[in-house]
Amino acid sequence: MSERVAVRKTYKLFIGGKFPRSESGRSYLVQSANVSLASRKDARDAVVAARAAVKGWAGATAYNRGQILYRVAEMLEGRRAQFVALGVPADEVDAAIDRWVWYAGWSDKVAQVYGSANPVAGPYFNLSAPEPTGVVAAVAPEEPALLGLVSVIAPAIVTGNTVVVAASPAAPLAAVTLAEVLATSDLPGGVVNILTGRLTETVPTLAAHMDVNALDLTGVADAELAADLEIKAAENLKRVLRPAPAGHDWYADPGITRLTTLLETKTVWHPKGV
Amino acid sequence: MTATTTSARSDLTELGRSETALRTFLHGLPGVDQVGAEQRAAQLGTRSIKTTAKAEAIDLAIRMVDLTTLEGADTPGKVRALAAKALRPDPADPSCPHVGAVCVYPAMVPHVAEVLRGSGVHLASVATAFPSGQAPLEIKLADVRAAVEAGADEIDMVINRGAFLAGRYSEVYDEIKAVKEACGSADGGRQGRPAAHLKVILETGELATYDNVRRASWLAMLAGGDFIKTSTGKVPVAATPPVTLVMLEAVRDFRAATGRQVGVKPAGGIKTTKDAIKYLVMVNETVGADWLSPDWFRFGASSLLNDLLMQRTKLTTGVYAGPDYFTLD
Repeated sequence: MSERVAVRKTYKLFIGGKFPRSESGRSYLVQSANVSLASRKDARDAVVAARAAVKGWAGATAYNRGQILYRVAEMLEGRRAQFVALGVPADEVDAAIDRWVWYAGWSDKVAQVYGSANPVAGPYFNLSAPEPTGVVAAVAPEEPALLGLVSVIAPAIVTGNTVVVAASPAAPLAAVTLAEVLATSDLPGGVVNILTGRLTETVPTLAAHMDVNALDLTGVADAELAADLEIKAAENLKRVLRPAPAGHDWYADPGITRLTTLLETKTVWHPKGV
Repeated sequence: MTATTTSARSDLTELGRSETALRTFLHGLPGVDQVGAEQRAAQLGTRSIKTTAKAEAIDLAIRMVDLTTLEGADTPGKVRALAAKALRPDPADPSCPHVGAVCVYPAMVPHVAEVLRGSGVHLASVATAFPSGQAPLEIKLADVRAAVEAGADEIDMVINRGAFLAGRYSEVYDEIKAVKEACGSADGGRQGRPAAHLKVILETGELATYDNVRRASWLAMLAGGDFIKTSTGKVPVAATPPVTLVMLEAVRDFRAATGRQVGVKPAGGIKTTKDAIKYLVMVNETVGADWLSPDWFRFGASSLLNDLLMQRTKLTTGVYAGPDYFTLD
């Protein structure tokens, strides 16, 4: 009997809940694996998928979104060994799981904390409530590959945004494996879309795209590129999160700035009656 | 080329006189190779059209759009807004061409006519008890006359699928002929205006086979249709590339046999620029450049226009456009 040949995994993109190869057919060798090299058309397709998912995801109840984020944490817990085998430190996997749970809790609380009842000079209730901004394009930090990625995705989607995220080009395996976790977590297709490959190829397309509402530059280490992307984003007044400062501690309490930057405020005036 | 090319021109005009002659002719048309037609259509869909060719194709496709709204909820305000969009699809770019026509229900024709007058954009109206076509002939003809009098210069009629599928070909033939007459004649039937163009909707989604599509195409052309159109957009299966291919072959063969050129209009389900360009490739490869004009090929569509405009904007600005910057319709 011949010796069994192991089946090797093809690392592909994650767009619209599916795992397509890059439209360009290209791949690159990284972490001893062939990983899809996304093109600007893949970025465009991802935005289309993300836009299509906004209505359903933003319209889901906060309770439901929280449950799904918690489910992601459950699924990630079950695959802990797989991430460790990819070289992700065990404590980073733990922190990533905890981060999902931490943000899951915010789903039905952000409106209480960030919304308000405003005193106005008239017989009206004046209420401000946060709403998701729409499609967020994000760049995950180079390091830590898993925790950084989760810390970028979770705050964007918990409030009802959908996200197109460019994974760390040097360590994309954790991102593609996280996509497998997301695909089995009741997360509707298109809410999270993950692109692997060169940042300079996909991110400028996303930054300039008129159907993207916010840009999270967290993982852009090159200050010149970041400035250029921010200029591109200004064309349609995207909300922008600037790159994380060097030496940022990803294990610390993340705070809610990431979450609130990706929100719009809707204020309603309602007559008080007698 | 089909056997029909050998028929003398005079023979074809006589066909309508007898049910038997019509049936013999239509059933004598060569059968469509279903697998071959689907494979050919799929193959033509793989062409890559880029850069300047794409820009040309997009502008041509915009000029070919029959901007359509056929909803029970259409209001004068809504159709006027649509007509304004037809004149200037992209208000931010004066170089953007206007569409081919606006297509509405007869009751909405006067409201659109006001906006389109003198613009070069045609005004099409569906008639003959659209979309089912299940009404007495007098009512269908009155429907057509009303639309023409209100200012429509193109009439989209539906054929009587019930009669066609039951094999009563002369009934369908006579009906198309009668509608054609109701469209007015070139010699002043419409107070000096030229006769309204007649587009004959075959509703291919209800014809079941490609053979039937070919027969219905020939029947419509023999009876005097100026255009043959795939669908109403009201049944689940609308325009598909193979059906359009069969119809394009029919108009090609018809011109070879009679010398008269007939237009083709796929309608329904064409939503993206990519789809539209696939159809243009098919036109060019099947019937040639003679049909690559809004006078001979149209798209019946509503959401297609916005996608064409977004792709056009992408080519001119280099940045992907978003639907937020184009009108909802």
